[in-house]
Amino acid sequence: MKLVIIGNGMAPGRMLEHLLESAPGRYNVTIFNAEPRVNYDRIMLSPVLSGEKNYEQIIIHGDGWYIKNGITLYKGHRIVAIDREAKTVTSDHGVVEPYDKLVIATGSVPFILPVPGNTLAGVLSYRDLDDVNAMLLAAQSRAKAVVIGGGLLGLEAAAGLEAQGMDVTVLHLMPTLMERQLDPAAGYLLQRAIEDRGIKVICKANTKAIVGDKKVEGVELADGRIIPATLVVMAAGIKPNAGLAKDAGLATNRGIVVDGGMQTSDPDIYALGECAEVGGHVYGLVAPLYEMARVAAAHLADEASAAAFVHSDTPTKLKVTGIELFSLGDFADGEDRHEIVLRDASAGIYKRVVLKDNRIIGTVLYGETADGAWFNDLKKKQVDITDMRDTLIFGQAYQGGAPLDPMAAVAALPDDAEICGCNGVCKGKIVGAIQAKSLTSLDDVRAHTKASASCGSCTGLVEQLMSVTLGDAYNPAAVQPMCGCTTLGHDDVRRLIKAKGLKNIYAVMQELEWTTSCGCAKCRPALNYYLVCDWPGEYADDYQSRFINERVHANIQKNGTYSVVPRMWGGVTSAKELRAIADVVDKFNIPTVKVTGGQRIDMLGIRKEDLPAVWADLGKAGFVSGHAYAKGLRTVKTCVGTDWCRFGTQDSTGLGIRIEKFMWGSWTPAKVKMAVSGCPRNCAEATCKDVGVICVDSGYEIHFAGAAGLDIKGTEVLGLVKTEDEALEVIVALVQMYREQARYLERIYKWAKRVTIDEVRHQILDDLEKRNGYYERFVYSQKFAQVDPWSERVSGLHKHEFKPMATIGMADAAE
Amino acid sequence: MSWVSIGSITDIPRRGARCVETPIGKIAVFRTAEDRVFAIEDHCPHKGGPLSQGIVHGTAVTCPLHNWVISLETGKALGADEGSVRTIPIKVEAGMLFIGLVVTADRAA
Ligand SMILES: Cc1cc2nc3c(=O)[nH]c(=O)nc-3n(C[C@H](O)[C@H](O)[C@H](O)COP(=O)(O)OP(=O)(O)OC[C@H]3O[C@@H](n4cnc5c(N)ncnc54)[C@H](O)[C@@H]3O)c2cc1C
Ligand code: SF4
Ligand code: SF4
Ligand code: FES
Repeated sequence: MKLVIIGNGMAPGRMLEHLLESAPGRYNVTIFNAEPRVNYDRIMLSPVLSGEKNYEQIIIHGDGWYIKNGITLYKGHRIVAIDREAKTVTSDHGVVEPYDKLVIATGSVPFILPVPGNTLAGVLSYRDLDDVNAMLLAAQSRAKAVVIGGGLLGLEAAAGLEAQGMDVTVLHLMPTLMERQLDPAAGYLLQRAIEDRGIKVICKANTKAIVGDKKVEGVELADGRIIPATLVVMAAGIKPNAGLAKDAGLATNRGIVVDGGMQTSDPDIYALGECAEVGGHVYGLVAPLYEMARVAAAHLADEASAAAFVHSDTPTKLKVTGIELFSLGDFADGEDRHEIVLRDASAGIYKRVVLKDNRIIGTVLYGETADGAWFNDLKKKQVDITDMRDTLIFGQAYQGGAPLDPMAAVAALPDDAEICGCNGVCKGKIVGAIQAKSLTSLDDVRAHTKASASCGSCTGLVEQLMSVTLGDAYNPAAVQPMCGCTTLGHDDVRRLIKAKGLKNIYAVMQELEWTTSCGCAKCRPALNYYLVCDWPGEYADDYQSRFINERVHANIQKNGTYSVVPRMWGGVTSAKELRAIADVVDKFNIPTVKVTGGQRIDMLGIRKEDLPAVWADLGKAGFVSGHAYAKGLRTVKTCVGTDWCRFGTQDSTGLGIRIEKFMWGSWTPAKVKMAVSGCPRNCAEATCKDVGVICVDSGYEIHFAGAAGLDIKGTEVLGLVKTEDEALEVIVALVQMYREQARYLERIYKWAKRVTIDEVRHQILDDLEKRNGYYERFVYSQKFAQVDPWSERVSGLHKHEFKPMATIGMADAAE
Repeated sequence: MSWVSIGSITDIPRRGARCVETPIGKIAVFRTAEDRVFAIEDHCPHKGGPLSQGIVHGTAVTCPLHNWVISLETGKALGADEGSVRTIPIKVEAGMLFIGLVVTADRAA
């Protein structure tokens, strides 16, 4: 059955996770997303804006996830029409897709004040990554910004822009900040804390117009004041994005009207997320949306037990580092209501619990929010608090006599107490997962339970739970061990190999107290690489610890045959070489010959026994191994540069060949692919490689840390160098730094992210002594690495690899 | 069953394997770091990967195609995976290796 989803936000993302688990393979899924990207954690845009995280860190489903699950994702396609008769949807790029079931998850649109000037350049909303990128760009000017709206979004935007160096003013229509979630007392404390960071706050500010000629120059208030600004962020609220559904004739009100099973007025169409209205409510926080996702998935999977969606209050937390704030439920004053208040002026703490019939109906915590989960639990369960009324406000720790320490308090929480509000994960589920699956790291707990995986404000609680459950076995700083044979991580092992002068695999395993006698398929190749890299000329490569591809210098294919790729320096070949390849193909009946993405020729389907003879013939024509199988230098792609191209600025082909001839044969932690383009038109696609060069009139721009596999990432610019010699030197030093520091199987982009781009730049470009050291060490190790593995094997090395040890005929066996 | 000589133990590198072609298919013969020898079908229970090409560790081999770990002693997949390959009797006599083959009459015919 065909399931089509409109919108690829957090709600449908979660729904698919449930659906893939409960009814795998039931639907053939296609998603259209107006935003040109995968599903990311929208909540975490604020940390991206403030610089505490980057986009890669907030991706929920990377490209690989869609591939793995066979889901088609149209990025940057906005659906413009739903034809319910024909059961199709149409995108703005003209794609028409039929559906059996349709899910609408178009989220919300920011509310833009209907004032003059609201379309001027420099007026932004705060909804997606494009908005954040635009704000970050604007912030580079370090000029003045105005944020309209003093709610959750507005304050997070203001704090982020301030962290980026802007001079920020928040305009808020109401008398106190976040008035929908906070009472005036807490609003006042919040305003003070915001102002302490240097952000100006103007309450009761009624925006009349945005002034400026083409570009924003300021905001005019109803009282005539003008606040100068070059950037205006509108964060005055959101509206469910229900237009598309309305045009299609579905029932809509504030949002798209759905029943408790997320079904719209058309039984084949579901809606969920911020665009949906259920029981008269629309929502703007993820916890209820995730509940909708669970319900919708159950209905789509036709689960008999599919429960209906029930409304519940979700606590609000502000994600501004250094401000602790928690708000839940209803806290307006009223005849029938009682309140308990605690203030500690010197510590900046304010707590208020609102009661009705001795049950909690609302809570505001400011300055200290650790008890939020406990209050939430009491409210949800409608606990009669008469007995603890006197101590209630002091929090959970004070119940039942002596105050508990925070650990004991967490230990005392009931199993069904909610720990992660966003994902609705309770204590019992977390503890259960830790025990059943032997989880020891926060990342593991996130992966298995989703707790603390969205807004992250419950991370502290989750860590305390891990301590309580695991005792001393939980060490938050613990590193991921290399494999099951050791408790040491890759970095420690690399350090100790050098420090203790360990020069063979047995010495490493003995000295570092490996728990197995001869390692496993994870640690052995890693150790072998570390030793090859650290002790060139001294360590004898242990072939039994290499993967088969590196042992036989060819790529194993799914049917056990091999593929062979001869080196073509810089992707340049000749009639003689091509003829030799053609002859080999004929002679050995090679079934497939294919041009690779790295400008090489691949011969596929060669029997293992034939490999040495194939190599011998190729060797006679002057070919050496292309290392297409290696964790090592693979290929240097080039364009034709000044040799032929009218745009070429430098000899890109020549440089590529020079790099390849200099660096071939070197082993690296993971494969290394390079490219050299002769001008910024970049025909060699250098900006998605591990290392790339873009030639320009003034020299060579060196790029690195790109990726174009399961992850897609443009390169970072290392810097500009003037001469070809220097370009080569810098690239060699960079690769050597990577060889010495990275963990086995870690590509350059992941390593660079870990050690930071700035650090690499500093060591390779600024610190000449360091650069030279790396360069010299690389050159030395090449003395031992640049041996053609093919010619070695043609002359008899490792004969045993290629021939069966015996062939038993029928007669022998039947004796 | 008959014992068939396949060569000397030193024909196989330690922590390595060689294969033997037989009328009943390819057999992988392993030699561990401690000079113990094992013979199993050269056919991974997952998708038929050539186990003789894997990395040998302890008394197990990791398949080169998708990293299943197969016990050389029992032929069973270890860890979370399920499946098994046939083990073949093998013995060492004075440094020479023999595998035990059963060939039924109709097969041999
Ligand atoms: C800065 C910020 C901070 C936040 N902080 C929190 C927080 O701390 N806690 C919390 O609980 N919530 C927070 N939220 C709210 C939360 O992010 C949202 O509730 C949630 O992401 C909504 O999910 P959704 O799937 O309904 O819609 P969205 O995530 O908005 O996704 C809708 C997607 O549909 C696409 N789309 C729209 N129309 C079409 C069309 N016609 N065709 C194709 N695609 C279309 C859009 O491009 C968009 O990508 C925050 C939101 C923002 C913006
Ligand atoms: S990258 Fe520039 S120099 Fe190279 S082929 Fe393209 S246009 Fe020509
Ligand atoms: S060659 Fe690469 S892209 Fe193609 S199927 Fe294999 S792994 Fe996937
Ligand atoms: S074929 Fe052996 S693991 Fe897949």
